[in-house]
Amino acid sequence: MLYFIEQCLNGVQLGMLLFLLAAGLTLIFGIMDLVNLAHGSLYMLGAYFAATFAAFTDSFVLGALLALVATAICGMVLEVIAIRPLYGRPHLDHVLGTFGLLLFFNELVRLIWGPAGMTLSLPSAMLTAVQIIPGLYYPLYRLVIILVALAVAALLYVVVMRTRLGMLIRAGASNREMVGALGVNIKLLYTMVFGLGATLAGFAGLMQAPILTVQIGMGENILILAFVVIIIGGIGSIRGAFVAAIIVGLIDTLGRAFLPDVLRSMLSVNAALTLAPAISSMSIYMLMAAVLVFRPEGLFPAASR
Amino acid sequence: MKAARKVLGVALPAAWLAPRAALPAAVLLILGLVPVYAAATGDAFALTLFGRVVILAIAAVSLNLIMGYGGMVSFGHAAYLGIGGYAVGILWKEGFASGFVQWPVAIAVSALFALVVGALSLRTRGVYFFMITLAFAQMVYYVAQGLDRYGGDDGLTIGSRSSFAGLVDLNNATQLYYLCFALLLASLFLVSRLVNSRFGLVIEGARSNERRLRAIGISPFRYKLVCFVIAGALCGLSGALLANHTNFISPAMMYWTRSGDLIVMVILGGLGSLFGPVLGTVTYLLLEEALSRVTEYSGLFLGPALLLVAIFLHGGIEGLLGAGSRD
Amino acid sequence: MTEPLLQVAGLTKRFGGVIAADAIALDIAAGECHAVIGPNGAGKTTLIGLLAGELAAERGSIRFDGRDITTLAVHSRSQLGLARSFQITSLFADFSALDNVALAVQAHAGHSFHFWKDARGEAALREPAMQALEAVGLAARAEARVDRLSHGEQRQLEIAVALATKPRLLLLDEPMAGLGPDESARMVAMLRRLKGDITMLLIEHDMETVFALADRITVLVYGRVIASGDPLAVRADAAVREAYLGEQDAHHG
Repeated sequence: MLYFIEQCLNGVQLGMLLFLLAAGLTLIFGIMDLVNLAHGSLYMLGAYFAATFAAFTDSFVLGALLALVATAICGMVLEVIAIRPLYGRPHLDHVLGTFGLLLFFNELVRLIWGPAGMTLSLPSAMLTAVQIIPGLYYPLYRLVIILVALAVAALLYVVVMRTRLGMLIRAGASNREMVGALGVNIKLLYTMVFGLGATLAGFAGLMQAPILTVQIGMGENILILAFVVIIIGGIGSIRGAFVAAIIVGLIDTLGRAFLPDVLRSMLSVNAALTLAPAISSMSIYMLMAAVLVFRPEGLFPAASR
Repeated sequence: MKAARKVLGVALPAAWLAPRAALPAAVLLILGLVPVYAAATGDAFALTLFGRVVILAIAAVSLNLIMGYGGMVSFGHAAYLGIGGYAVGILWKEGFASGFVQWPVAIAVSALFALVVGALSLRTRGVYFFMITLAFAQMVYYVAQGLDRYGGDDGLTIGSRSSFAGLVDLNNATQLYYLCFALLLASLFLVSRLVNSRFGLVIEGARSNERRLRAIGISPFRYKLVCFVIAGALCGLSGALLANHTNFISPAMMYWTRSGDLIVMVILGGLGSLFGPVLGTVTYLLLEEALSRVTEYSGLFLGPALLLVAIFLHGGIEGLLGAGSRD
Repeated sequence: MTEPLLQVAGLTKRFGGVIAADAIALDIAAGECHAVIGPNGAGKTTLIGLLAGELAAERGSIRFDGRDITTLAVHSRSQLGLARSFQITSLFADFSALDNVALAVQAHAGHSFHFWKDARGEAALREPAMQALEAVGLAARAEARVDRLSHGEQRQLEIAVALATKPRLLLLDEPMAGLGPDESARMVAMLRRLKGDITMLLIEHDMETVFALADRITVLVYGRVIASGDPLAVRADAAVREAYLGEQDAHHG
């Protein structure tokens, strides 16, 4: 039972990371109608920047903050130089262009940081486990990820729902021509939205760096999950991304944790061993397929365009 | 436009003999002469490189069928390369080295997978379709990774190529190459018949204006599904060829960036033109090869090149040639 | 008395809080040209959407040729003989005019799972298509790509495509929209030729056209039928004058 709770927490933690990534992706697609395959590259840059700056400053927190700034800047520069010409184009042009960017960033990272990947260590204060309920110790850092991500989600909610910027974002999501006609600087708005998405992605990247990985191509693996999250949640909907991210995180984690045992009790040991990892990874896609069959717009579709 | 002319007693569409056909003809000629060149100069690498080009061109032709003509942008097409390849690899490992068994299985399983994926995915469109095909391909990737018996993540080296009971010896590089080349020509021919047939017009109509297609009394779904299955089957064949060519299969064959490569090749060549995918494949792979000789970081140049093509070049390379009408 | 070709009863459709179609009842006899008029926003295009099958009615029924087609899909209705032209031209833009019409012919010539023969060379498809183009006066533009045709020619092509499906009932959604005086006259002449052979439901703003062609008229206001019947009677109906024709007289040039 305790193990179950622990795995649920892990699932929520993964979900939070996915949410950060998916939120940016869904914002960018919802508002700028842009399919961005290079979103994972910003996630990767966040991790690499954090590892580099942390080593340089000998402080995890300082390294993280610097990495956030650096990723935000990279994102906005990228938007101005490479993304702007793609607005309004057919999605296929976005696919081609951002795929090129993906290749470029993977190679750039390999050039600058080498092929081996990096590590980011946690400050020793974080290396403890906390007893959250009697008998269950959970790594402090993972709790931190959950809480910080929730805080970011709340912040995002406040920004989108209560500020002028957020109002422009929501208006732009339903009718971008109108917003432009109202005299708002659309270019600046788009740059800021892209920068926001990049920051969120970079944040997710650096948060997971100490416990998962900092290596080339890390963006691609998780980007797919982020896509699944937005499909399930509904493109353009942050609320949908939040709910879907938690669902996806839970299913993936719990699937990997418990499915092998479940299968072992039903099938022969060999079959279970062979099938378990495959089916666990498949479980999310099957969920996505189910959502697409029964509710193609996603769980919380944003306003129709 | 559709008038036929007779060349050596064979009726060819007039478009094939137009000046605009010069580039494709030249490319096909060069591809056909590679083994001659390789034999003359002893450059076996040329056979390897261009063999890969020919094989992936078949995959690109199959993707162009659904993407260019049908408007179905699938980001999971590499899955069929993997399925076809793994069919060959798995059957070989289990003792079935005959191509007469392996290749039909490769095609059949690919077709079946396409049927299932298509049935589920074709209810969606645009970006949703894009992402759901991506996800299904990743599913296959993970399954392959989990197949420890067949190499798992490391892949499986295939000891011998498909045997065809002496009809053709695929262990002879030249013979394998010509078989692949013949299959490419056959694919091009089949696709050209397909897109001009009643079926092809419905597919193009579905891409052009689905609402209008329904209004005149056609339900697009079943036709798009059949198209999707045909494309999957053809790509499965390409996968079987690839497994033979490299004597190796691994999950990497179907990683989603490979699907991205295929999409790039089709777009580069020009969507919805018969010969575009071949041109695109040749360009992309040769560019990749050339860059990798010059620099260790080819992606640094290839990436921005793709971005520039996306921004400036509409219609890909064939578009540059002024390909207006469709063949 | 024979059953009307089209029988609509209690047809209702809501979009959120707006009632676009409010218990519409309508009968069209075979061979009749029935016009539906009403101010903008009266629900005329919604009605066509419901009849064609693009919109699902919440309540009510549609009977075509004795069959209940209320829940039938768009393409199935077309196969039964219901053809529709769009208010905003909707054609296969990168095909030629002839291709567009031929595809409509093809759609009603069995299934299209033919993978080998060149469809553009099939006389069984091309000839009826050419005939339809001749009927609307577009024969000379057969090979032109749709996006190269003028607006008026595209409107004519819409009709040709609809005719090519050999319909029993033709739903015409403002066929004159955007046409100049000459083109309008041609369109009216063509529709007049079709009268009697094909049953038509005509949505149109231009009153002269309506009174020239219609055997019966239904007036829609805010989704409700406020009058239906003989053109002269409708013209004289007080409610209609007030709601619609009064405005028309004021604005009509």
